[in-house]
Amino acid sequence: MPAPAERRIIFKHIDEPGYTPDLACYLRHGGYASLRKALGMAPAAIIDEVKKSGLRGRGGAGFGCGLKWSLVDRKSGKPIYLVVNADESEPGTFKDRYIIHQDPHQLLESIMVSSWANNVRQAYIYIRGEFPYGARILEKAIAEARAANLVGPNVLGSGYSCEIYVHRGAGAYICGEETGLIESLEGKRPYPRIKPPYFPAVLGLYQCPTIVNNVETLCHVKHIVDVGGEEFAKIGTPGNTGTRILCVSGHVRRPGYYEYEVGRITLGQLLNEVCGGPLPGRTFKAIIPGGSSAKVLRWGETFTLKNKDGSTRTLAAEDIPMDFDTLAACGTMGGSGGVIVMDDSVNMVEALANINAFYAHESCGQCTPCREGSLWMKKITARMVHGQARAEDGALLQGVADQIAGRTICAFGEACSWPTQSFLAKFGDEFRAYPEAKTAPRPESVPLA
Amino acid sequence: MSAAPPTDLVPVTIDGQEIAVPKGTNVIEAARRVGVDVPFYCYHPKLSVVGNCRMCLVELGQPAVDLATKAPVMDPVTGRQRIDWIPRPQIGCATNVTPGLHVRTQTPQIKACREGVMEFLLINHPLDCPICDQAGECKLQEQATGYGRGYSRFIEQKNVKPKRTQLGPRVMLDDERCILCSRCIRFCKEIAKDDVLGFTDRGSYSTLTCYPGRQLTNNYSLNTVDLCPVGALTSTDFRFKMRVWFLKQTPGIDPESSAGANTVVWSREGVIYRITPRDNDAVNDSWMADSGRELYKQVRSPGRLAGVRVAGTPAALDAAVAQAGELFRAAAGRVAVVGSGRSSVEEQWLTRRLTEALQAPAWLVSRVGEGDGLLVSADRNPNVRGALVTGLIRSLPTQRLDELTAAIDAGRVTTVVAVGEDLAAAGLTRAQLAKVKIVHLGTAASPTSEASAVLLPALTLYEKAGCFVNQQFRLQRFQRAVPGPAGAHDDLELLARLIGASGGAVAPADLAGVWREVAAALPALAGRTFTTVPDLGLALDPAPFAGLPFIEGPGLHYTPAKG
Repeated sequence: MPAPAERRIIFKHIDEPGYTPDLACYLRHGGYASLRKALGMAPAAIIDEVKKSGLRGRGGAGFGCGLKWSLVDRKSGKPIYLVVNADESEPGTFKDRYIIHQDPHQLLESIMVSSWANNVRQAYIYIRGEFPYGARILEKAIAEARAANLVGPNVLGSGYSCEIYVHRGAGAYICGEETGLIESLEGKRPYPRIKPPYFPAVLGLYQCPTIVNNVETLCHVKHIVDVGGEEFAKIGTPGNTGTRILCVSGHVRRPGYYEYEVGRITLGQLLNEVCGGPLPGRTFKAIIPGGSSAKVLRWGETFTLKNKDGSTRTLAAEDIPMDFDTLAACGTMGGSGGVIVMDDSVNMVEALANINAFYAHESCGQCTPCREGSLWMKKITARMVHGQARAEDGALLQGVADQIAGRTICAFGEACSWPTQSFLAKFGDEFRAYPEAKTAPRPESVPLA
Repeated sequence: MSAAPPTDLVPVTIDGQEIAVPKGTNVIEAARRVGVDVPFYCYHPKLSVVGNCRMCLVELGQPAVDLATKAPVMDPVTGRQRIDWIPRPQIGCATNVTPGLHVRTQTPQIKACREGVMEFLLINHPLDCPICDQAGECKLQEQATGYGRGYSRFIEQKNVKPKRTQLGPRVMLDDERCILCSRCIRFCKEIAKDDVLGFTDRGSYSTLTCYPGRQLTNNYSLNTVDLCPVGALTSTDFRFKMRVWFLKQTPGIDPESSAGANTVVWSREGVIYRITPRDNDAVNDSWMADSGRELYKQVRSPGRLAGVRVAGTPAALDAAVAQAGELFRAAAGRVAVVGSGRSSVEEQWLTRRLTEALQAPAWLVSRVGEGDGLLVSADRNPNVRGALVTGLIRSLPTQRLDELTAAIDAGRVTTVVAVGEDLAAAGLTRAQLAKVKIVHLGTAASPTSEASAVLLPALTLYEKAGCFVNQQFRLQRFQRAVPGPAGAHDDLELLARLIGASGGAVAPADLAGVWREVAAALPALAGRTFTTVPDLGLALDPAPFAGLPFIEGPGLHYTPAKG
């Protein structure tokens, strides 16, 4: 079956010749009409539309955006903050950066719409430290929008006021975790908070109710206001609505970002047709479908899934629709949309060593299992690729990973242990064979502990 | 002090045991009440909850309820309401009890969780217990024994971190031993209000350190050593001195101010090695000031008095007491007694008996400093209120002994009994000291001891037992930790003999005897004995002294009465 056509909503103008990130260009393309429309709507009506839209978070967990908004404590009497998570740090993910770089006003407009809907008077864009250029673009865009009375006091004469601030991170993956982000925004070390009691919707930024949304998620809000929630829900598949940007990297002929209706394209269509298939003479081996922390899929493996009526069906990896629910049913996740492709040239032990090095470097160090376990796993895989692998290392890695997942303060515990668990589950034979394989180690690729 | 308000009780079930605990209790404390040990490192009842060690993971469940009908869902096997268990383990420290909460701590999953955390904590730990001061009182040792696997799968290189960082004048840090529980950081921030500690780097390389250019110098810094569950923070005074399992623990009271922090005096074979706080939620929680921990050094100070002297010449106690009697008779009507707010209640009672026998006026030496709002109060005597309760004084001591010095100058006082006080420190000049005959009970050499006609060496706080009444009018008991030096005598015995020498009625020379007297004479202590004073103190009624202008400002668990 041929792949469906791309459907660009968020990325409508990305890479369009002549499209510039300034306000004038955005206005020429009908910009801020959604904000005008939203300001004429009751805030509760907008929240209602977002609920009806079925929009799910694009940052990783796929949590319902409308549900998130409805959990906000609106009776506390405290201000409500909106925090935009622009700390796009998940390896393999590169979508928010293009929105910020090429279409910043789309984000600002969505922030203003969402702020109006949630009675937010101060919104923060937390942008990762490695995006200095993006931060400057956003600062400039906010200044333009302020000058045009689109951000700031008395927006468009509506009497509604809202400020947007850009806050740069200092370069830590954990700042993408929403409570770690909030701590960082407060000027502290980004130690994720314990939940309960510190759910952002109740005790977030400065202990006030706070909404934390991913850049891409938030950008959809503007379009939901444009077309209405019910209409938006028709895009994509039931329960997996809208479009999402898939960032394909690794061993394909045409890596890049592609925006598709959620669940309307399969993994095989995406890789073979859209991305041009494997490199010449190679075959696909392993796919990480949702950023490096998502569990790896083995190309060619099949899944037995339960249907709603209780019957089962068999699904090959290449036939998995790129949505939230099917990927979850296959034991992995849509995550942040970062599709990492590895072909038969890749040694899975070395690939895991690379991933483990990343997570050991990024563990914040707050809670014991992740702090000690992530570095231990890194030390094991680094030792293995440096010619000192033992037959029992696979089982040891498994044991360490199993001691982390589910026992930590934040989801980093899963993020750092899922790669190890899934690599061993899907490619355990490579780990068992590695000591004898005497594969020439490539020291430059993997830093030693 | 007001009684605690009645609390709502919440029924919970822990490992099958049902118990009702006050609302707001967390799972660790609730489990403790039924004798179930939930191990932890980072949790401390007096600090904020961070939940970072993950040692206290437990399984939680709630009785199942049908979502539609709200009717209980029964378990057909047991015939009781089914329990829905949360699949993921949860931390006990941050989970407050809710009605009907079920807790399991002995399942295979929880056992595996604890083994996992123990293994993780030990892989980068130096395991240098043989040279570590914490050995014997180390949570890591205890819980490795109780909850660990007993072997390690770790064959990689351990992390290397700074081994000897002097965080401040009294605290040494070994970062390799640190398990990053952050108790010390939270203590400095939340209790000592001196936010100087923090972590640098991240992940397993996280390192405890002082902020740049800062030091851990505050007067509560040694509490971080007590709090540290491992041997990362050690006391520069105590480290490498003595194995803790050899030490005897004796309950004491910090004598440096009227706050009266409860302490433990740690000694071996008559030598004190350290003083640490003793938990008392009504007085000092789990803390005490650094300044109070060094006071044991007076026991073996170079200036320690260790021989009875008459006019500077060594003498027998009998002869010295007889000489004191001579002085009292010669100066009848011109004797004054200077008592001490550092004396125990029992000593103050006998001092009062002495003043009555001599028909002499009594003064108390005042010592005032700046209160720190925590556990060092403005009144730097531990027991001024004891002098009020025993009736030794009726008003608070004045800053200076002006009346006494005027009386000495005028010749109205020619003999002074100085009980535990250096008169020079209290403001008397050397000329005034020389002008009067002094009978002195003391522990350390001073101008007063040098000028004494009769010098009676007495015991320090750590060598005797007794009670203090702190700023809260809380009667608190301290016990004898070590024996006194040869040549020193128990204060009660000395006072009793002086009373005898002054012609008064026979006075008791031991605690039990003094308590028989005070229990009969003082309504506040009616029916009490020394041995039945509760370990955490006895709240006395402050009402009889309500109008007095006490100088203490607000402190931990102390609010001054509105005057």
